[in-house]
Amino acid sequence: MGDDYVISEIEKHHIQFLLEQNKRADGRILSEFRKIAIETNYVQKAEGSAVVSIGDTQIIAGIKATLGSPFPDTPDSGVITTSAELSPLASPYFESGPPAEDAIELARVTDRAIRESHAIDLSKLCIVPGKLVWILFIDMYVLNDDGNLFDAATLASMAALATTKIPKVKIISEEPLETEILEEELEPLKIDHYTVAVTTYKIGEYNIFDPNLKEDQISDARITFGFDEQDRIVSMQKGKLGIYTPEEVKTQVRECLNVSKSLRKELMKAISK
Amino acid sequence: MAGDGTVQLIDEKGKRVDGRLKDELRPTEIKIGVVKNADGSAEIRMGKNIIIAAVYGPRELHPKHRALPDRALIQCFYRMSTFSVNDRKSPAPSRREKEISMLLSDALTSVVLTDKYPRTTIDIYIQVIQADGGTRCASLTAASVALADAGVPMRGIIAAVASGLANDIVVLDLFDLEDQKGSGDMPLGYCPTLNEISLLQLDGVFTLEQFDECLDLSIEGAKRLYDIQTNTLKQRYADIRAEVAVDEDDEVKEELKEQLNDEVKEELIEQLKEEPKKEEVKEEPKKEEVKEEPKKEEVKEEPKKEEPKKGDE
Amino acid sequence: MSEVKVKNHEIVIPGDLLAEGTLKYGDGVIRRGNLYYSTIVGLFQDRGDYIQVKALKGKYLPRPGDLVIGKVVEVGLTNWIVDVGSPYSAVLSANNATEKRFDPVKDDARRIFNVGDIILTKIISFDRTRDPQIITNERGLGKLRGGRLVEIEAAHIPRVIGKKGTMINMVKRLTRTQIITGQNGRIWVQGKKVEDELKAIDTIKKIELEAHTQGLTDRIREMLSNNQEENEV
Repeated sequence: MGDDYVISEIEKHHIQFLLEQNKRADGRILSEFRKIAIETNYVQKAEGSAVVSIGDTQIIAGIKATLGSPFPDTPDSGVITTSAELSPLASPYFESGPPAEDAIELARVTDRAIRESHAIDLSKLCIVPGKLVWILFIDMYVLNDDGNLFDAATLASMAALATTKIPKVKIISEEPLETEILEEELEPLKIDHYTVAVTTYKIGEYNIFDPNLKEDQISDARITFGFDEQDRIVSMQKGKLGIYTPEEVKTQVRECLNVSKSLRKELMKAISK
Repeated sequence: MAGDGTVQLIDEKGKRVDGRLKDELRPTEIKIGVVKNADGSAEIRMGKNIIIAAVYGPRELHPKHRALPDRALIQCFYRMSTFSVNDRKSPAPSRREKEISMLLSDALTSVVLTDKYPRTTIDIYIQVIQADGGTRCASLTAASVALADAGVPMRGIIAAVASGLANDIVVLDLFDLEDQKGSGDMPLGYCPTLNEISLLQLDGVFTLEQFDECLDLSIEGAKRLYDIQTNTLKQRYADIRAEVAVDEDDEVKEELKEQLNDEVKEELIEQLKEEPKKEEVKEEPKKEEVKEEPKKEEVKEEPKKEEPKKGDE
Repeated sequence: MSEVKVKNHEIVIPGDLLAEGTLKYGDGVIRRGNLYYSTIVGLFQDRGDYIQVKALKGKYLPRPGDLVIGKVVEVGLTNWIVDVGSPYSAVLSANNATEKRFDPVKDDARRIFNVGDIILTKIISFDRTRDPQIITNERGLGKLRGGRLVEIEAAHIPRVIGKKGTMINMVKRLTRTQIITGQNGRIWVQGKKVEDELKAIDTIKKIELEAHTQGLTDRIREMLSNNQEENEV
């Protein structure tokens, strides 16, 4: 369990050589994404769900809503909490056990994009201020890892949220608090912003999008940007040990912004079905 | 909803809540190869159950001291997604998941020819995407197919189904409501070609007659599931025609494989004999060697010590 | 006296009854009393008095004498752990690596082979109680430099080589590359031009994809010859 990923010099040279020709092993150019497939409402028992495939990378996101108390410092807000699991089911390089750094990073980066963009108006999840709110759990499971989990994760979470339906809550009495969940009366969760994450990966002096597993593993650094539909930057996270110059960051944010539009297109196409 | 016995699960005409008759399986579909990274995998849909089984192995076991000296370890890990059930399940492994993992491991160990791969582990990961009753059985059914897909040698393939009591009537393949509100539940894992039961549990209240009837009904159901498993596995390779060129013309010998290897080996030795001469013509290899050598030449002795490499002769 | 219950070249699955009586049997078959069953999903092969099931998929299992292409995954003081694509990692001890004697005090194993190196090796021993032992101190063995690597199912290697090497030789000739096929499914390609290397790799992948179809050799020859003409125009 949890083998170390060893990539040979020959394979590294092969990838780098191709990059010099603006090409990749599967014939794509540096900025090209693999085929994206999004299926929503995959799990009926979940309030919302989506399975996203980018090439052979596949992630499922499920949304569960439970009633609970709000945080004391935000009594009028509902709660969203995001988790991710890198199960050894999805890769020989994942380990069993509680979520390790990688899984936590994936969850937090995804959460940041969704939360900071106010994709969901948390006040709309409030039922009785200070006492009862909806808690939305966004739980992601990687089903197959072939690189670029970050972009797939945000896409899956947003697609799941955008097709989530939450039952109405009837307040029978406020003191003592008594409520009834009207299971049959479902309301779609309102989405205020259609957030999309795009990650740029650096291999040597080249920047690529949507790496496969090998490219992802040999990349020196990456930056994940979150964008809303008004082309605003809502989140950013640099990962791995490599570095970027300020000029590189400014260039990359623009390239990622450009790419975000086509990803958003895929998202909107999937949720409008 | 009130307790057991007061919910009508089956009507006077013998129709169950989901429209089935007492001896009907839920609609079942199996897909193979759904997890590309795995050595073998299968997804099963049985009614509303959606479950993925992925097999990795045989592979080395860490830590090494846990390995068995004379056979492979079979480790099955059953996990339910948080959103697979109506009330969100906590992501932490539960005792129920651990018990089911053990039951599945035991059942699969009984059919896998583990002595062919000593000191290794064969890991089977089960992820329940949606649960609607009988998940341990559906998992076992999928796991068997995933193992077959992975090329793991087995004595036979196991099919599993849970039958039980709905309003005191024995019914096949309980779904969630019947599981919750019925008065008895018997999960059973069975290999039809071996006539072996490798997974068996019961909870509820059964008379001896009901017990026998339930067992027989489950065996019958398992046989039907087995047909689905068989068809799915064979369909996957339906378009393969025997490769004539390499195999057919070889002589029949007990060491057929060795002979084939000899041919292959001869070819490889021929290749190697050619290599050194061809190398001299190439420019590229030298270019690459220039990139690599500088790192290694830090120790003066080293180039002499290195292997007679492709480019050196 | 024996009776075979399955047609030749039929797909069988674990537990399928293949034959009854007294027969010689090979891979993929298990005997219980006088009954023979398949243990894997594969192609049933009836050779008269000999039956076996040919696996269509499966991990490479090392055999002494096999030439395999390995990837160094760990460097020890006096040995290397090498991934050869089998359930067991192979061990290359220093004494089997170089012709000169290895002195752990003076010599640094990393300077001979380092993590990530691709090496052509030979399996010298393997039994189920010990990890496979490999050597590189024979002529032609050792580190592979440059070139490209492609991995296919070990079971398809005979198809890529073809009867008496016909397929692989044709690919080498028409793509102007040298190709080393490891029995563990790894293939190393090197050509004068990178386009040639990439073409050879694409061809090998195509062979694997269509490994079990008929007329493959002709189709490959045609595909490569057409490309030749295009390049020469």
